[in-house]
Amino acid sequence: MPVLSGQVADSPEKVLEVARKVGKPVVVKAQVHVGGRGKAGGIQLAATPEQARDVASRLLGKPLKGLIVEKVLVEEQSKIEREFYLGIAVDRQHKKNVLLFSTEGGVEIEELAVTNPDAIGKLYLDPVRFLSDADIDAFLKNRNVPDPAGLKKIIFELEKIYRGMDAELAEINPLAWTAEQTYKVLDAKINIDDNALFRQPAMAALMEESETDDIEKEAHRRKIAYVRLGGEVGIIGNGAGLVMGTMDEVGRAGGTPANFLDVGGGAKAELVRNSLELLLMDPNVKGIFINIFGGITRCDEVARGIIEASAKVQIRIPMVIRLEGTRVQEGQALIGKTSLIPASSMQEGAGKIVELIRKGGK
Amino acid sequence: MGILADRQTRVIVQGITGREGSFHTEQMVAYGTKVVGGVTPGKKGEVVSGAPVFDTVRDAVAATQAEASIIFVPARFAKDAICEAAEAGIKLILCITEGIPIQDMVVAAHVVKSKGARLIGPNCPGIATAGEAKLGIIPGNIFLKGNIGLASRSGTLTYEIVNALTHAGIGQSTCVGLGGDPILGTQFIDILPLFDKDTQTEAVILIGEIGGVAEEEAAPLIRKMSKPVIGFISGRTAPAGKRMGHAGAIITGGKGTADSKMKAWREAGVIVAETTSEIPRIVKEALAKK
Repeated sequence: MPVLSGQVADSPEKVLEVARKVGKPVVVKAQVHVGGRGKAGGIQLAATPEQARDVASRLLGKPLKGLIVEKVLVEEQSKIEREFYLGIAVDRQHKKNVLLFSTEGGVEIEELAVTNPDAIGKLYLDPVRFLSDADIDAFLKNRNVPDPAGLKKIIFELEKIYRGMDAELAEINPLAWTAEQTYKVLDAKINIDDNALFRQPAMAALMEESETDDIEKEAHRRKIAYVRLGGEVGIIGNGAGLVMGTMDEVGRAGGTPANFLDVGGGAKAELVRNSLELLLMDPNVKGIFINIFGGITRCDEVARGIIEASAKVQIRIPMVIRLEGTRVQEGQALIGKTSLIPASSMQEGAGKIVELIRKGGK
Repeated sequence: MGILADRQTRVIVQGITGREGSFHTEQMVAYGTKVVGGVTPGKKGEVVSGAPVFDTVRDAVAATQAEASIIFVPARFAKDAICEAAEAGIKLILCITEGIPIQDMVVAAHVVKSKGARLIGPNCPGIATAGEAKLGIIPGNIFLKGNIGLASRSGTLTYEIVNALTHAGIGQSTCVGLGGDPILGTQFIDILPLFDKDTQTEAVILIGEIGGVAEEEAAPLIRKMSKPVIGFISGRTAPAGKRMGHAGAIITGGKGTADSKMKAWREAGVIVAETTSEIPRIVKEALAKK
């Protein structure tokens, strides 16, 4: 890919060094995993190496759209004549990968899709073969782009990266046509499919590094689908829909969800115990509501996991548990022998836990 | 008679000798499903819950004339299992497996389509025809035979709602778990016409969730339905930009929000429930008005 010569730096001094090496006016780009960096002031131009250092010292260590900037990319500036958008993404409704191209690059493609959908050219990729020369020639014909052969090379390369890395999105935005009459990749974004990480070990390692929340990091290590939300009611459920439904119900009862935690289908006792331990790491959690409707998940397995966890760590906050579905009688019998508070429905459970927290956990 | 399967439907189970496959085969047989065989490579000759095990789907189909297959194999083998079923002539494939890579599903969906088969799922609980048969993992004891059709993107939330309906004395016709993945074999738009034609179904409940545009896409079809449609969307308190579990539930770029889905459905004439617990009451009112 024709990227600019540049280097990542993590201190203003290093930025100065890199900018001197480039020997031309540079652009300093904050390296954070968030879209819309430019608009938020995360991309700045510098005419001299000293200016680059000053710009970097204003960016490094400071938050940008909620994330702390720890590194910046220092690149030579390019003289842009035109900006394009080029991407490949999964089209859920068509069940295919689609190549997206627009002569109006630089802006967010979602915005363009709303304001001017005709400006985005789409080419659906064959599920079982790569693009051919003829596919791309036909697609680029009448689009009035400079150096179609050069662009075709970039498209081939992008498809190779997209398919090879199990991506669900790979986009170059902007793809610039410069005063030197060549294409340059100025910025790019790739989303890797979590479900394919087992065959993308390099990406799996990067994912661990990029997690910033300690509990989310621990959840990932334990292979638990967890998202921290900041409220006080810890939630465990099975199935994303039910967990979100439980969050909504807790919200309606006047509580705030501390997290999303989906033990998925067929959870064993160990996973439930692990999940419970994870929630107890969050100091904001004042009570826990476990809502299980067993299909592939067996209620007795879940109950066993809860009992194992309570035997291992002392739980000082109220816990409400609602079990329903596969092997519910066996599960309820196990819970009946403990001091856990049972609930017969999702609504009742949400109400109970919010009330118990309000009373101070007694 | 259900919209997709009934007591006569000849079913095989791929991954029948595994922990989940064998447990749920037993549950399905107990409910009344006609499980005629199973497939696990290398386990030919074994028997699970009375069903003979074969090495390949082709062998199973030749010996049992199976029409439907339920897949329980691990995620990394699921694409091949789906393709094998379609290529062996199975017309109704249900994939329970969760965590299948998206690019594998792009290929599987293509093969299924080219063979003229129907895929339900993946990452789905399967289907149930109340009082007749269940294909998948939906607990059978929550059903009551009746006249309400359900189609849902969420597994467990569907059990929740079916259970509430049964407790309120409202029976169901067919319940379809569409699955929670980004790429699904069957969507609301594929199921709605089947329910509209089905003489046993008098009203339809759709359960959607945040992410994607399947709910919005179904709106024009819902408008044409001759039967009342009741809807529920989960994930109203979910923040944007965060992926909720392995599911397709993620709000991106202002699209796929609970608000946009509820608005699209309300404009199409859907009675949208605010909580799952009020659904039985809404269904009763809708049926009384008919």
